Amino acid sequence: MTEEFKPQSTSAPGTPVQAALDPAEKPATFEALPSEEIVIPVLDGEKPPANAPETQYILEMRNISKSFPGVQALDQVNLNIRPGTVHALLGENGAGKSTLMKVLFGIYKKDGGEILLNGKPVEFASAKEALDNGVSMVHQELNQVRTTRIVDNLWLGRFPTKGPFVDEDKMYRDTKVAFEGLGIPLDPRAKVSSLSVSESQMVEIAKAVSHDAKIIVMDEPTSSLTEKEVDHLFQIINHLREQGTSVIYISHKMEEIKKIADDVTILRDGRYVATHKANEVSIDAIIGMMVGRPLENRFPPKTNHPGGPILEVENFTSADQRSFKDVSFNLRKGEILGVAGLVGSQRTELMESIFGARRIEGGKLTKNGSVIVNKDPQTAIENGFALVTEERRATGIFALSTILFNSIIANIADYQNRFGFLNDHKMGKDTAWSIENLDIKTPSQKTLVQSLSGGNQQKVILGRWLLTQPQILLLDEPTRGIDVGAKFEIYQLMLNLANEEKAVIMVSSEMPELLGITDRIMVMSNGRVAGIVNTAETTQEEILTLAAKYL
Amino acid sequence: METSASRPKRGSNQVLEWILNNAIIFVLLVLIIIIIALEPSFISVINLRNILAQASTRLIFALGVGGIIIAKGTDLSLGRQVGLAAVISASLMQATDYAYRMYPNLPELPIFVPVLAVMLITIFISAINGFVVAKLKVDPFVATLGMQVIVYGLTSIYFDRPPYGAQPIGGLAKNFASFAQGYIKIGAIANLPLLILYATIITVVIWALWNKTRFGKNMYAVGGNIEAATVSGVNVFKSLMLTYMLAGLLYGLGGALEAARVGSATNNTGNGYELDAIAACIVGGLSFNGGIGTVPGIIFGTLIFQVIAYGLSFIGVNPYLQYIVKGLIIIIAVAIDSRKYHKK
Repeated sequence: MTEEFKPQSTSAPGTPVQAALDPAEKPATFEALPSEEIVIPVLDGEKPPANAPETQYILEMRNISKSFPGVQALDQVNLNIRPGTVHALLGENGAGKSTLMKVLFGIYKKDGGEILLNGKPVEFASAKEALDNGVSMVHQELNQVRTTRIVDNLWLGRFPTKGPFVDEDKMYRDTKVAFEGLGIPLDPRAKVSSLSVSESQMVEIAKAVSHDAKIIVMDEPTSSLTEKEVDHLFQIINHLREQGTSVIYISHKMEEIKKIADDVTILRDGRYVATHKANEVSIDAIIGMMVGRPLENRFPPKTNHPGGPILEVENFTSADQRSFKDVSFNLRKGEILGVAGLVGSQRTELMESIFGARRIEGGKLTKNGSVIVNKDPQTAIENGFALVTEERRATGIFALSTILFNSIIANIADYQNRFGFLNDHKMGKDTAWSIENLDIKTPSQKTLVQSLSGGNQQKVILGRWLLTQPQILLLDEPTRGIDVGAKFEIYQLMLNLANEEKAVIMVSSEMPELLGITDRIMVMSNGRVAGIVNTAETTQEEILTLAAKYL
Repeated sequence: METSASRPKRGSNQVLEWILNNAIIFVLLVLIIIIIALEPSFISVINLRNILAQASTRLIFALGVGGIIIAKGTDLSLGRQVGLAAVISASLMQATDYAYRMYPNLPELPIFVPVLAVMLITIFISAINGFVVAKLKVDPFVATLGMQVIVYGLTSIYFDRPPYGAQPIGGLAKNFASFAQGYIKIGAIANLPLLILYATIITVVIWALWNKTRFGKNMYAVGGNIEAATVSGVNVFKSLMLTYMLAGLLYGLGGALEAARVGSATNNTGNGYELDAIAACIVGGLSFNGGIGTVPGIIFGTLIFQVIAYGLSFIGVNPYLQYIVKGLIIIIAVAIDSRKYHKK
């Protein structure tokens, strides 16, 4: 979180990424980036000279086109990767980043264009073939066999054998060597299920390296890492870069791009927009290219005015000893309360407990002056609460069901007539309301939710909860993994809700949105409330200090 | 990070956790202790030998379907495949002087002929299961449910035909009967039934296949995360085919042993065996979520059911009541299993 905030005046490759936090530094908002943002590019000596064209790019994707029925997903897209660089691939969801990568890995067959690896045309038939040619992918949802050990994952698909048997000793030794080379402090025989997200990711990177990968694609690698873990990841990435490996880095976090990337390529609506040196363009310029119009503000103007108290949380303590304890705070009508904290600070657990989805050992909820007990989510809904969960795919959407089903499912009792049958007309009307008011981009109510983009899926979930007429909305990482444009719409929606006297609690790991959209921020540290600050008066440093208070 | 005051409490929680997670073992131990208390003569070498011998073929079947469960499948056609193997092997191994031979003019065959023949047949049937699951992407439950019914039809057609019709296929040749009923003398005190020897050898081979070979590790990987296995270059189709075919091999072998052990076979031989085998796997710690399970676990699961069944009969419990006990054990085991994986 620290660094996302730090205006970057340089992003020279190889720069150590440890947080060099200057406490005096004021938080930078993105509407007002300092002018030294734009610096004259200085190319590193290690990069190949421009007059060696045949070795200039390790990977060239030229004029790649791909269409699906009714959609031109990619239209003459270019991507050129220099050896030993980190190349950020940017674009809103639906811009074609994933499609382009799927074409590279042979998951989709391209309609046109060519792919050159080291100057030679290639066309991989599968991810495995790409891997064999040194092109590897670290997936957003880590593709691991969590039930087995690290070594089994690392050598899966190519177990070394000794006679008819797998050579366990060799697997162990080689894993150890790979880990030491990357500074990964893990026991190769540990079960993958015991690893954190960050550790699992390191295993994936080590796997790519052990394949002699020359190009590693990282898709949203930091989406669920803590600040410290991000630092470690960046160290590993720098290490890879020094060894001459290229990294294609897909992320929605602009601050990271400025810190780690050498080059950026921007896609929009399946078309190639531009490639720049990362230190030659500002974040605003990048966002401008991504959305196709200058985006002056990443956040809508704050129009809400918090009023009287609506909810009082007193001494909330989880039944799980390892989780939160003694959490007290209040929430006002028309307020957006942010909840900040590091991963593991138990914010999600707190939200789920308030919503009655987890057991508590003690604590009191007072809503509009009367004591209530949310013994289960159903009671919470009746009491006017709504919870948008953190893991959209796992606990939010019904991917294989229609938008209509997804919209009405939390409010099903409202559509029953006295015989217990559901009223199709009313359900359709409410779904239409949701699609229109939240601007969900879909061909019909009968569309399956899995075919929507992340941002639209999130809007469907928000619509579902708005239909329950909640007064208090608990939003857990509501903008994770969705693009800049959709984020803006969700912020606007939150403000609209606040203007209607509803109260919103937003858990977020993204400091800019906490500072940009909330009225107050409650900072949690290791399961306890470290402090509640007024957004207008706080700084990122204060929040980070608080977040580390009880560690 | 935690206050020291919370520690002892957490410690006691962990003990409780451990007890709950292993509750099935305690329940079963209690059952065995009750059996022994009521009938102390239960503890004897003969009873132990009988239990192990009876568990032998069941263990072979459980190891077959166990691999499939680890690969995130299931196999409801197990019992009927065993039945087909039993009927065919018995029909080929009737004594030459027996009056009601299915093939009156068949000469006396060496044992390996029928055993190999039925193994090839069940490998073929299981390969079809594997193909339908891995290539046609049919849910294993549905695919093998269909196969269960088909194989029953095949067995019945083979079994129920002129001149003798639906008569149990008995009168098995001596050498075939002793193939399963024989034993090896160990010193003066004990005889080691061949069945136990076969089951032991098969168990060791399966353990090595699962844990020490590429085939086994790929099987775990496919069950644990088929996507990850695919992108890592595992040939998922081949892996699943091999898993199902290995199961088929075990069904065939076990079916022949079953016919030889019982001394006859009908089209209902093996009926419901899949449920016993799957139950043994689940009690032994395999998960329907795939990727989890060990050979020792399956041995444990198989033995437990055998000990309970034998023990309850030994103390004279109503056989119908035994079904109820068995059903409860299955449900408790799975409830504990899901407790482990869906903790809140």
